[in-house]
Amino acid sequence: MGVSDWIRSWPVYRQLTGADRLGRGEAAASPNSRERRPRTVDADRVAGSVCPYCAVGCAQNVYVGSDDTGEHVLQIEGNPDSPVSRGRLCPKGSASNQLVTGEHREDRVLYRPAYGTEWQELDLPTAMDMLADRVLDARRKGWQEADADGKPLRRTQGIASLGGATLDNEENYLIKKLFTALGAVQIENQARI
Amino acid sequence: MGSNMAEAHPVGFQWVMEAKARGARVLHIDPRFTRTSALADKHVPLRAGSDIAFLGGVINHILSNDLDFREYVQAYTNAPFLVSEEFADTEDLDGLFSGYDPETGTYDTSTWQYENGLPEHSAEGDRHREQSAGEQHGSGGPKLESGTGIATDETLRHPRCVFQILKRHFSRYTPEMVERICGVSREDFLDVCRAWTSASGREHTAALVYSVGWTQHSMGAQYIRAGAIIQLLLGNIGRPGGGVLALRGHASIQGSTDIPTLYNLLPGYLPMPDARHAGKQDYVESIRGTHQKGYWHNADDYIVSLLKEYWGEAATAENDYCFGHLPRIDGDHGTYRTVMDMIDGKVFGYFLLGQNPAVGSAHGRLQRLGMANLDWLVVRDLTMIESAEFWRNAPEIETGEIAAERCRTEVFFFPAASHVEKEGTFTQTQRMLQWRDRAVEPRGDQRSELWFIYHLGRLLQRKVAGSTDDRDRPLQDLAWDYRTEGDGEFPEPSADDVLRRINGADLTTGELLDSYLQLRSDGTTAAGCWIYSGVYAGGVNRARNRTARTEQDETALEWGWAWPANRRVLYNRASADPQGRPWSERKKLVWWDAGRGEWTGHDVPDFPKNTPPGFEPEYGEAGPGALAGDDPFIMQADGKAWLFAPSGVVDGPLPTHYEPHESPMPNLLYGQQGSPARKVYARGDNPSNPAPPESGGEVFPFVFTAARLTEHHTAGGMSRQLAYLSELQPALFVEVSPQLAAERGLANLDWAHVVTSRAAVDARVMVTERMRPLRLDGRVVHQVWMPYHWGPSGKVDGDIVNDLLGVVLDPNTLIQESKVATCDIRPGRRPRGRELLEYLAEYRRRAGVTVETGTHVMTADTTASETAAPETTEPETTGRDTTAAPDTTDREEDA
Ligand code: SF4
Repeated sequence: MGVSDWIRSWPVYRQLTGADRLGRGEAAASPNSRERRPRTVDADRVAGSVCPYCAVGCAQNVYVGSDDTGEHVLQIEGNPDSPVSRGRLCPKGSASNQLVTGEHREDRVLYRPAYGTEWQELDLPTAMDMLADRVLDARRKGWQEADADGKPLRRTQGIASLGGATLDNEENYLIKKLFTALGAVQIENQARI
Repeated sequence: MGSNMAEAHPVGFQWVMEAKARGARVLHIDPRFTRTSALADKHVPLRAGSDIAFLGGVINHILSNDLDFREYVQAYTNAPFLVSEEFADTEDLDGLFSGYDPETGTYDTSTWQYENGLPEHSAEGDRHREQSAGEQHGSGGPKLESGTGIATDETLRHPRCVFQILKRHFSRYTPEMVERICGVSREDFLDVCRAWTSASGREHTAALVYSVGWTQHSMGAQYIRAGAIIQLLLGNIGRPGGGVLALRGHASIQGSTDIPTLYNLLPGYLPMPDARHAGKQDYVESIRGTHQKGYWHNADDYIVSLLKEYWGEAATAENDYCFGHLPRIDGDHGTYRTVMDMIDGKVFGYFLLGQNPAVGSAHGRLQRLGMANLDWLVVRDLTMIESAEFWRNAPEIETGEIAAERCRTEVFFFPAASHVEKEGTFTQTQRMLQWRDRAVEPRGDQRSELWFIYHLGRLLQRKVAGSTDDRDRPLQDLAWDYRTEGDGEFPEPSADDVLRRINGADLTTGELLDSYLQLRSDGTTAAGCWIYSGVYAGGVNRARNRTARTEQDETALEWGWAWPANRRVLYNRASADPQGRPWSERKKLVWWDAGRGEWTGHDVPDFPKNTPPGFEPEYGEAGPGALAGDDPFIMQADGKAWLFAPSGVVDGPLPTHYEPHESPMPNLLYGQQGSPARKVYARGDNPSNPAPPESGGEVFPFVFTAARLTEHHTAGGMSRQLAYLSELQPALFVEVSPQLAAERGLANLDWAHVVTSRAAVDARVMVTERMRPLRLDGRVVHQVWMPYHWGPSGKVDGDIVNDLLGVVLDPNTLIQESKVATCDIRPGRRPRGRELLEYLAEYRRRAGVTVETGTHVMTADTTASETAAPETTEPETTGRDTTAAPDTTDREEDA
């Protein structure tokens, strides 16, 4: 490094000679931070989304990029177009990139048999089939055809479900529809809590 | 009130700050000094659980000083309506209303009815109590046999008119009483009254915000009623900048109420049928009165369209549109009842779909013991949560109450797709649907709930395909032909197609519907949720509307879609005066355009478009056509807002101050201590701390409340696994005042444990002046609070705060009282293992807790005070008090 480069590398020099007289921007930047680029610049496309935490419903832009292993979420930011959130996200919404890309996420079906002390792996179609058998069995065991006065109930008390407030309307719709057709009535979610 | 908006809804709170910058005064009335208080103009601390006493004081202040918005109240509320002579108030019965049955702890509501109104009443108080009746009436008012023909006194002077009843009911809620019950000084209280009333009227509106700080009480629905009464008296409903705003806590908890995964509702707030309904006609008649006003009168259109979506071709006029395929309810099937049934061995399989009750529901121990006594449990989540691993990490492992080798429950864990890996809609807290695009595909076995339920249904249909068992018919007939994307045996179902079916279509043309007004009861339309009809109006997915805020006005009708009909402010007809003119230029929202003969404005008018302001329906009309031009509350059976609720609320027609189930204080207003209709469970596994008049309460002398932090989310399943959020809020703590710290020997950052008759929970102590001891009726009451986000899993762990709470419920909603209880707090860590059980047993012994503690709900002495019948001098009325000639009494004919 020559002497003039050396002098120019001083933030105070850049502050006095450049446009950033207050020394809060360019003048104070180190080579390291000057070379940093936002994760979003590598995105191939942006998907419109909504924060999955609270009910304010802040709009999100999901930046998607790809490599040889496929497409990945690179970053999630607030969408400034939203009349609700104007681009802002709180700490939870800002952390939702970590929520969807973090290593805490499970990606295999796990099964713990009765009296078991460890999880076992199970393939998805097998698990779905085992479950369908169990649903029919629990439905039968808890079936109530009529009440004490002989009025029809045609329901099962054998199956219960809890959850829905973090799910989509379309999902809640199918949950209620299927369980109702099965005769299961104890279908509940966080709105009762 | 009952909300820490800056903490729990931070991005929404920016609008409160905008309003403040424009000159609005922000008042925060809450037990705790929080991030919201710090940004408010004023914080008024009050004792947790005393809000109705405070609000009743505000109502009394308004009425005794004639500060109500009289023109609004007279025209738009039921203030002039007369109530039955048989009605007796809490002033007459030491805190009870007429109709109370001490045996069942329920009300027969027949004496609460309007005079001559002939509303349906049910003598089956029991059934009402069991069935979460408030939610059955969801978006609309409960049934009245007739919306017209009600006796009225326009002068509001008749002793039995709603206005006078209200006045008498709250007459003892004085500033002095507020001070003694709530611990709020007279000056602070009157300052709030002045601020609230002076910010209301023609030129101004005031908004009231609440959250679960109001709902999670044994009388939560009545908290909200009390707030609504004030907002109605001040003319703040249906107007811009007004309203009672419920801030809900989950991305789609509004959606999961509209399209309910709730036992007592079908989509669009249609009630679940019960054992009394022989057929569809019976059912429809139980929802609406033959002559009632408004849009609930069309309930037949809504249910038939739903049945057509559920059972498609199989649903025909001949078979009652498969109404008999619907299972019947006949009592409480809510989540807490169900968990007790699990413990009692009556439930065999349990699905947890994105929910973690081992941490997130009240009385966690009850939840976990329930899970440990099932045939099988399914957990679907992003990550491994406590509810999936209770068999190896529940606190009961340490105490020996649960052991993996002895636990018979099979557990299936299915990894879920995240919000960016599936498309679909969330409905946020203002009833607005917003569509999410799918950004990427999920990995491995991760799937959406849509996939899971769709394929489970498909497999089940296949398994019962050849069955001749009659109970399989609903499943065999089920219309389950949703479009799918991709191939193989397990393709992804199309959320877009499901949303189209929810919106509904005309079955004769196949065209999507534009509005619920097009629904028919003759089987020619199908729609999954009538209030969502219109989300696909014109064949366009309106939930995906994303016109930038900079390219439209502030009502922002082009962003997302709000039910019903994209209206942003409900009941906005009330933003104009009875003649259809805005109350003021500043506060104009919708108005009558006489030239074009229609309602118009900045929002979509919430009123029949062409019904003029002066319109008077013929006597005997019903439904939307019976709405007079000044009936803005179009879902109510009488077109008016209810200051007094003649039906639909099971624990009283007016809010009344009762002490919480667990309280250090006697009720200073009545002999009746707690809510007389609250749901209690006398079970050994659900003990209560004693409250007056029971003895032993001094063992749990402090008021306990629990709440949220910005950096975590409810039971922590979506936050405790994240490094960023865990670093921001790494540990469970308990906030105490310096005075309480001194009294109990607690030091900042040291360990302490909080104890109730259910559990003891460790936490770090935070000594702070944010918690202020309250002076109440000559004594000092300390309050403590804890965040409840921790559990044994995750990057940061901690004890489960919900274990401290018991199960006692609001009889309207069956929601638990988790915002207030009593507790003790001691320095140092709690005992562990077996010793913990002994420690808790010793606490219960000292407090004299038995199975019966807290379950004798009636404490009023009705013999002592049953004297003060309403005055009998009846002032001159406007000729509408027609007790003598009921058939000519309706206000429409007289006007
Ligand atoms: S970013 Fe924060 S305020 Fe916005 S929806 Fe998400 S959790 Fe709620």
